[in-house]
Amino acid sequence: MSSRPRDKQMSIEEVVGSLESGMTVGIGGWGSRRKPMALVRALCNSDLTDLHVVSWGGPDVGLLARAGKIGKLTFAFVTLDTVPIEPNFARARQEGTIPDVEEWDEGMFLTGLRAASQRLPFLPMRAGLGSDVLVTNPGLRTISSPYPDDEGVHEEFVAVPALDLDVALVHLDRADPHGNAAYLGPDPYFDDLFAMAADRTYVSVEQVVDTAGLTAGPPPIPVQRLLLNRMLVDGVVETPRGGHFTMCTPDHERDERFQKAYAAAAKGTEEDWQAFHDRFLAGDEAAYQAAVTAFEEEQ
Amino acid sequence: MSDVTRADVCAAAIADAFAEDGEIFGSPMGLLPMLGVRLARLTSNPDLVLSDGQSLFLGGVPPLGSTAEVVEGFVPFRQVFDIVAHGKRHVMMGATQVDRHGNQNISAIGPHERPKRQLLGSRGAPGNTVNNRTSYWVPKHSPRVFVEQVDVVSGVGPRRAREAGPAATKHHDIHRIVTNLAVFDVHGPDDTVRLLSIHPGVGPDEVVEATGFALEVPADVATTREPTTEELVLIREVLDPKGLRFNEVPEPDGEPA
Repeated sequence: MSSRPRDKQMSIEEVVGSLESGMTVGIGGWGSRRKPMALVRALCNSDLTDLHVVSWGGPDVGLLARAGKIGKLTFAFVTLDTVPIEPNFARARQEGTIPDVEEWDEGMFLTGLRAASQRLPFLPMRAGLGSDVLVTNPGLRTISSPYPDDEGVHEEFVAVPALDLDVALVHLDRADPHGNAAYLGPDPYFDDLFAMAADRTYVSVEQVVDTAGLTAGPPPIPVQRLLLNRMLVDGVVETPRGGHFTMCTPDHERDERFQKAYAAAAKGTEEDWQAFHDRFLAGDEAAYQAAVTAFEEEQ
Repeated sequence: MSDVTRADVCAAAIADAFAEDGEIFGSPMGLLPMLGVRLARLTSNPDLVLSDGQSLFLGGVPPLGSTAEVVEGFVPFRQVFDIVAHGKRHVMMGATQVDRHGNQNISAIGPHERPKRQLLGSRGAPGNTVNNRTSYWVPKHSPRVFVEQVDVVSGVGPRRAREAGPAATKHHDIHRIVTNLAVFDVHGPDDTVRLLSIHPGVGPDEVVEATGFALEVPADVATTREPTTEELVLIREVLDPKGLRFNEVPEPDGEPA
């Protein structure tokens, strides 16, 4: 018997093949930053439908909306950062093609993920009180504090429901084959909480290394950058430049030129989008990366 | 200095909004708020805590478009939400719409179920407004922004907070609304938007016409102060030598930029 933990390496196709229509899918990263874009592209090209997407949204939401994959969306914003409004998302909202939309406060996401990760049905917070978050989400409940405050008042808080996820998809810089994974960029975002809120977690990475290589570098990587432990991870996918075109510092910065081209196509006519889709999105990940390389070479 | 620009006035007015905050996280959204907050840090409030807008607390006060060489802390997004709940933060947000009752909208124009125009989404506005001091910056004051009633309440005004109960009012603190024409707070009759001062060169009628709800103009409305010589030097030579502020607040027609 091997003395090592299991090897969890999978292909993009195996990850997507293990998912089912109607699932609740949490997508890590933030806006147009460190999104598991290779997995998202494969989701768009799959037969899956009616996904409940939970995301601090970027082009993941835009692409899935344009591909008609979203049955329900829980979001607080969708943005490309340097392009404030995500055009595919805006189009889907304006055309009413996302059947069910839950707009939350962005801090509520953290609370909902914390509740799910702690196996609690909800956690209380102030965010949402007085705002249309409670009006447009009539299912959200409030709860009275069992403890009086200094004035004897029992405050009424929003009871943020747990964001229980069937599956979490996240993208990091390095992982070993067993699912220990490190982020090397400026912010961990909430990828560990997505993993803890989910029944299953798949992590795509720019590079798979052996366990010693996770901290050995070069350059040496501080242990504080190890965000995911293998207990939380069910599958590891090595997919270089898999975060493209979002920011995945230091492996690759956001590809602003490509993002602009994406936004222009999304904002344009059906023909504009079709041309972009056929050129970049119609094939598998290898075809995408080849098309991106060709795009870069002609600039 | 006679060649004070409107953008300079706005920067000083924004800095003034942060002057009394003490040692808290000054969190600007947008270019002029970033300029104003950095100006406050260099003048009226040296204790103010600044970030790079990504994940670092800055030890220095870099010019717009740069990050400081000295870092004094780590503030990833997850910690921002903890600071919001903890309350040691003053955020200045944008606003696509603001109404008489100080409600703000950055979510969508038109009905929420199928918007005429989808915007960003409400982002952190619901949580900001019931947790920490919140101000708004409006670079183009117009009746499309200042409306009778916002389409979606993202940021909560005082009345909506009151109606939602003590948990919503306890830390509710809408501080200032700064625009390219004037400065407001929300302490008018029944906690409505109130005019505090009009920028130099702007007439009261201009503000009234650009506001889509009936705005009371007191007989002796103040004029927003002009930046001091020190502030002008800081704005022009230290913080914004490239004049990025004029992209957001160009000079009104006929005046030198």
